[in-house]
Amino acid sequence: MIPAAVAVQRPPDARLIVVDAAGHLVHRRRADFPALVESGDLVIANDAATLPASLSGIHVATGRPIELRLAGRRSLHPRHVDRFTAVAFGGGDFRTPTESRPLPPAFSVGDALELGPLDAVVRTIVDQPRLIEVMFRGSPQQIWEGLARHGRPIQYSYVAAPLAVWDTWTTIASRPVAFEPPSAGFLLDWRLIEDLRARGATFLTLTHAAGISSTGDARLDAMLPLAEAYEIPLRTANAIEAARRRGGRIIAVGTTVVRALEDAAAFDGEVRAGSGSATLRIGALTPLQIVDGLVTGQHEPGTSHYELLRAFQDDSVLGQMIAEAEMHGYRTHEFGDSLFIVRRNEVTEITATSDIRPGRLSAPLSGSGEIAGHSG
Amino acid sequence: MAHTSIRGLRVAITGGTSGLGRALVGRLLDVGADVAFVARGRDGIERICREQSRAHGIVGDVSRKEDIYPIAIQVLGALNGLDVLVNNASSLGPVPLAPLADTECEDLERAFATNVLGPFRLTKALLGALAAAAREGGAPLVVNISSDAAVTAYAGWGAYGASKAALAHLTRIWDAELAADGVRVVSIDPGDMDTPLHALAMPDADRSSLKDPDAAAAEIVELIASHLPRARELEAAR
Repeated sequence: MIPAAVAVQRPPDARLIVVDAAGHLVHRRRADFPALVESGDLVIANDAATLPASLSGIHVATGRPIELRLAGRRSLHPRHVDRFTAVAFGGGDFRTPTESRPLPPAFSVGDALELGPLDAVVRTIVDQPRLIEVMFRGSPQQIWEGLARHGRPIQYSYVAAPLAVWDTWTTIASRPVAFEPPSAGFLLDWRLIEDLRARGATFLTLTHAAGISSTGDARLDAMLPLAEAYEIPLRTANAIEAARRRGGRIIAVGTTVVRALEDAAAFDGEVRAGSGSATLRIGALTPLQIVDGLVTGQHEPGTSHYELLRAFQDDSVLGQMIAEAEMHGYRTHEFGDSLFIVRRNEVTEITATSDIRPGRLSAPLSGSGEIAGHSG
Repeated sequence: MAHTSIRGLRVAITGGTSGLGRALVGRLLDVGADVAFVARGRDGIERICREQSRAHGIVGDVSRKEDIYPIAIQVLGALNGLDVLVNNASSLGPVPLAPLADTECEDLERAFATNVLGPFRLTKALLGALAAAAREGGAPLVVNISSDAAVTAYAGWGAYGASKAALAHLTRIWDAELAADGVRVVSIDPGDMDTPLHALAMPDADRSSLKDPDAAAAEIVELIASHLPRARELEAAR
């Protein structure tokens, strides 16, 4: 599949491949997403705004240019902006694919970094040569100002023009705590949210500090996603309980929402309001306790996003889904086409996966009748 | 987190170092709000922050598109979200005031950039946070500072009056559209105040006839308080 190269959050021709509970596949216009939502469903999105997390500057000891990409933070508390986990690159810019970027200089603990108006020191070396923990000097006010004025959004070599901050904020973006955009949320605008409510669904949010999706370094990429801080509001936690009681589905907008909710429920299957740090790596063997459906971008096998999909459907169904997306030229990555995947219905699992062949799918449909009902 | 009193309410004010804005920053801090304020000049910001250690000052110009997101990041970063936005920063357009026929297009553009586009852009950038406050049980509010010049066609006030009229109408439409998301948008005319902006417009005015900006700030604090959710409603909404 090819990456989407233009930073348009809601291209009018965006598409959505739908995988229902029985493993059947249908192509839809992405704008039709509300028609796939049923009365009583609860749709939960990640309202994190995206920090301009790319900081260019100098490694003082060697005088060499570096780029730091902030990637993690211990909590979402506004005063906790002094310490970040960060991935370091040598000189160059986003036009060079990350895998071809030069390595940063060898860091030592205590090294000074000048990042525009921000002064930082290397606090810990997590994984030479790229993964470090940095500490910024100054008050939280000075650090927020430095990040806001000097930081640039993390860029993608396959997106032609440099991304501005406004390209990376979803419509619902609230507190600036994500390091890369929770891009599944790009499909949302205020009208679509109104449409969801008109369908009888509830729309609520949580806040999850989405980390970086790729470093270009295979060894580091294998460690992704890093632990990600999240907060679940009381109203969202209560609504999850209410939806489960009435048999409504919990539909996550984005993999970060799945991570936060399943992490929160890992203790005893209940989602409580409050903050946490998502460390759970979701894959084929992870039983989903909360989330019934997921709308997300198109991601290729081998990525952590794809691994997460394996908790929803069997590899045979996902293989068909990828083949379909390939055949129909779906665009991948942040500004690409989307996927709506419903957790497999355990009863019909076997028959569902046996009768799907690539190329047997219908063209985009106008009604919503093709989509099977509740899972679980 | 929802607030049933102004204590702890997260408020952002533009044009916070002069006139009404400055009075509002002081009043709101006095009643326990968390306040971030925006102004163009760092010196003025630092002066206020020395007097009011709890105030969070942000350097930025709302009339510049490139400044909006850096402002939004700092507001949301500092306050951990937002309950109330006061779009107070204003431009007269031509100084001294001029009839429209003598108004340079650039001066008209500046008035609209500060009085209409700036509030529009900033409200849009902060709308996600305001809607989040509503989902968490709060009653988020945008207060746009208006003027009787938005209603009455005063000769010499063309750029200012037309841009404030546009802002007032924008306010009404925002309010209608955002009701379902729980965000209210209102405008208020604070009256003719004894402020640096008024002195620029009417240098010969009798200052004793003008309203104290602190009195106008007190009225706006009352307005904000009147929009707070009642504790009982909050409980019911959960």
